[in-house]
Amino acid sequence: MGAVMGTFSSLQTKQRRPSKDKIEDELEMTMVCHRPEGLEQLEAQTNFTKRELQVLYRGFKNECPSGAVNEETFKQIYAQFFPHGDASTYAHYLFNAFDTTQTGSVKFEDFVTALSTLLRGTVHEKLRWTFNLYDINKDGYINKEEMMDIVKAIYDMMGKYTYPVLKEDTPRQHVDVFFQKMDKNKDGIVTLDEFLESCQEDDNIMRSLQLFQNVM
Amino acid sequence: MAAGVATWLPFARAAAVGWLPLAQQPLPPAPGVKASRGDEVLVVNVSGRRFETWKNTLDRYPDTLLGSSEKEFFYDADSGEYFFDRDPDMFRHVLNFYRTGRLHCPRQECIQAFDEELAFYGLVPELVGDCCLEEYRDRKKENAERLAEDEEAEQTGDGPALPGGSSLRQRLWRAFENPHTSTAALVFYYVTGFFIAVSVIANVVETIPCRNPSRRLSREQSCGDRFPTAFFCMDTACVLIFTGEYLLRLFAAPSRCRFLRSVMSLIDVVAILPYYIGLFVPKNDDVSGAFVTLRVFRVFRIFKFSRHSQGLRILGYTLKSCASELGFLLFSLTMAIIIFATVMFYAEKGTSKTNFTSIPAAFWYTIVTMTTLGYGDMVPSTIAGKIFGSICSLSGVLVIALPVPVIVSNFSRIYHQNQRADKRRAQQKVRLARIRLAKSGTTNAFLQYKQNGGLEDNSSGDGQALCVRNRSAFEQQHHHLLHCLEKTTCHEFTDEITFSEALGAVSLGGRTSRSTSVSSQPLGPGSLLSSCCPRRNKRRAIRLANSTASVSRGSMQELDMLAGLRRSPGPQSRSSLNAKPHDSLDLNCDSRDFVAAIISIPTPPANTPDESQPSSPGGGGSNGGRASSALRNSSLGTPCLLPETVKISSL
Repeated sequence: MGAVMGTFSSLQTKQRRPSKDKIEDELEMTMVCHRPEGLEQLEAQTNFTKRELQVLYRGFKNECPSGAVNEETFKQIYAQFFPHGDASTYAHYLFNAFDTTQTGSVKFEDFVTALSTLLRGTVHEKLRWTFNLYDINKDGYINKEEMMDIVKAIYDMMGKYTYPVLKEDTPRQHVDVFFQKMDKNKDGIVTLDEFLESCQEDDNIMRSLQLFQNVM
Repeated sequence: MAAGVATWLPFARAAAVGWLPLAQQPLPPAPGVKASRGDEVLVVNVSGRRFETWKNTLDRYPDTLLGSSEKEFFYDADSGEYFFDRDPDMFRHVLNFYRTGRLHCPRQECIQAFDEELAFYGLVPELVGDCCLEEYRDRKKENAERLAEDEEAEQTGDGPALPGGSSLRQRLWRAFENPHTSTAALVFYYVTGFFIAVSVIANVVETIPCRNPSRRLSREQSCGDRFPTAFFCMDTACVLIFTGEYLLRLFAAPSRCRFLRSVMSLIDVVAILPYYIGLFVPKNDDVSGAFVTLRVFRVFRIFKFSRHSQGLRILGYTLKSCASELGFLLFSLTMAIIIFATVMFYAEKGTSKTNFTSIPAAFWYTIVTMTTLGYGDMVPSTIAGKIFGSICSLSGVLVIALPVPVIVSNFSRIYHQNQRADKRRAQQKVRLARIRLAKSGTTNAFLQYKQNGGLEDNSSGDGQALCVRNRSAFEQQHHHLLHCLEKTTCHEFTDEITFSEALGAVSLGGRTSRSTSVSSQPLGPGSLLSSCCPRRNKRRAIRLANSTASVSRGSMQELDMLAGLRRSPGPQSRSSLNAKPHDSLDLNCDSRDFVAAIISIPTPPANTPDESQPSSPGGGGSNGGRASSALRNSSLGTPCLLPETVKISSL
């Protein structure tokens, strides 16, 4: 009986060995560290000071020792910030907005560049970034479907328990309002220029753009 | 929120710009931004080991000690660092929590020490990270169990005597539960054990066939049929004893309902009931079948042994605690049995003259095969039957082997726990004895010190250095404290011998001369008479007369000494105590009726001794009363009071 058991176990280990190599390969890949460019270069590229970059990098490195954030992490982070609802869809779109090079991971440079735009950039740059966020397929136009997706993702973050109660067509109504405002020529899509123009006309938006300047 | 989340918050807020175009209402203004000081490095000095970290790191958790302003209490302005007098090794883990957001539990440290550190730094134990959480919880539970056992052992313990005046019931119950307490209980314990054994053996022997040498008939009788009266008498005796025991236990039990429901009492009932039922059942054939069945229950008397054997109790407890595993075992076995029985039945169905007449009949085969018994009374003959039979036996081993280790490990754990409990109980006694010794040591130290005249004022203490043995600063302060207490209460500490002696020597005669230099005072058995003399004259500060060391039995010399002291120049060292006039003291320490009492301390001096109550003037036959009246009668010119000793019962 013992011999039987012994042979069983030895057979199993032989089977496992090839897969173990694969796992090791995978590990090696993830161990690769991304290191950002030098501090001076980043300082030149962004609107942050050296100290600010240092603080940012310390936090970033603490969270992602490998030097790059992947989408999963994004989703987890947002899930923690918005525990009431499901933030995964919005996190996905946000990740795509950050990941300008579409590599699947956000490195520190991307991270800091985007932050620089959002916090210290000009109104134009900020609006352009927002346009980029809304333009899911990055074709330069926002159509109703993309907007619906974004708005639904945002409403998903709210969760189920809202006041007043979330109705089925609230996102649709929201999108309609948005398009009414933004789509100047009523052709069903919003281009960058239309977007910029409409936003600059809206005082609320202009005022609110200053809100997040002191986040750092 | 975890540290990581805090890091990402600024980024999430920045990304909120993306909501702006969609916002139908204006967004709320941002919260006030505190002046960003830029990050600075803090130095935390824990017992000499310096840890340096960013201020932001610590600020991540504002509801802990290091994250809040509480750490300012530990700030040392001279060195510019935060100093904590704690374990540096443990602090490492605490600081790592701030850095990584996960609290890890060190494996080689005592779990309680770790808990204390957490409590100090304001971290709740729930923060322990998932990787270490299970182990942390296990260790904590183990520790708590151990401590609970300790407490229980202390409380129930076979050491401490019952408070005097416990009822017969309580004593009886205690005798039953802990037979080692008294000889009678032990005797009873062994007697019942003996009778249990006798009863069980009688039941067994009853069925042995007794060969009757005188009659050559082939009919063999069992011993029980041959000597019915003898066995009946033995049975009756045993049952009487068991009944008596049961009734006594029922009487003595503190909670009868609980006792009735307990397992042991049920076993007792089951053991004796068949006999009584048998008495009342008429001996006709209809019912005798049932009567015979009842006799089977007599074998349950063997379970009464579990009161006598701890191992048996452990086994029973193990089985109870492994109920789920046993249930699983039973269930899986049943499933397997049914499956295999069905298969075997249908495999063997075609064969003629087969034993597998039905599925239930095949159950027997399956059970015998799965437990690898293999009686061989039922054997498959077809090939398919043999194949399935072999599969059945192989799987049987597996199914049985799986839950058994769990049960075994449970048993082992409980058994070791019990062993540990016993070991600890034995060690506990030694430990308590040692502690008592140490306690009495400190008590004696103070008394010894007083005897040596250490409490003498500095002003008069020439010989003080000679007789006062070296004391540590701690001891000095401690003794000072005790002395203050003495002064406060107008009583003194003493030891029991002195006290009883002094009590005996109520007579105030026999003044022995006593030199004012206390150091050369012959040290008696430490008799101490105290005198606190609030002066009548309120203009002068009340001086509590210095209670000096041993004053021999007579009381007068005390007066002399006191008078001498009173006239001594210079403020007394304890003038601060004496400074304010104590009206209450006046009341208590009336010149005529003052009764100084001596308190004996069996426990460490830190406990506040009882204050004596001045015995009423009309005190009864107690010594105190007599003494005080004697006191009063004696004419004393000085307002200083006569000491008196009254025994106060110890704490």
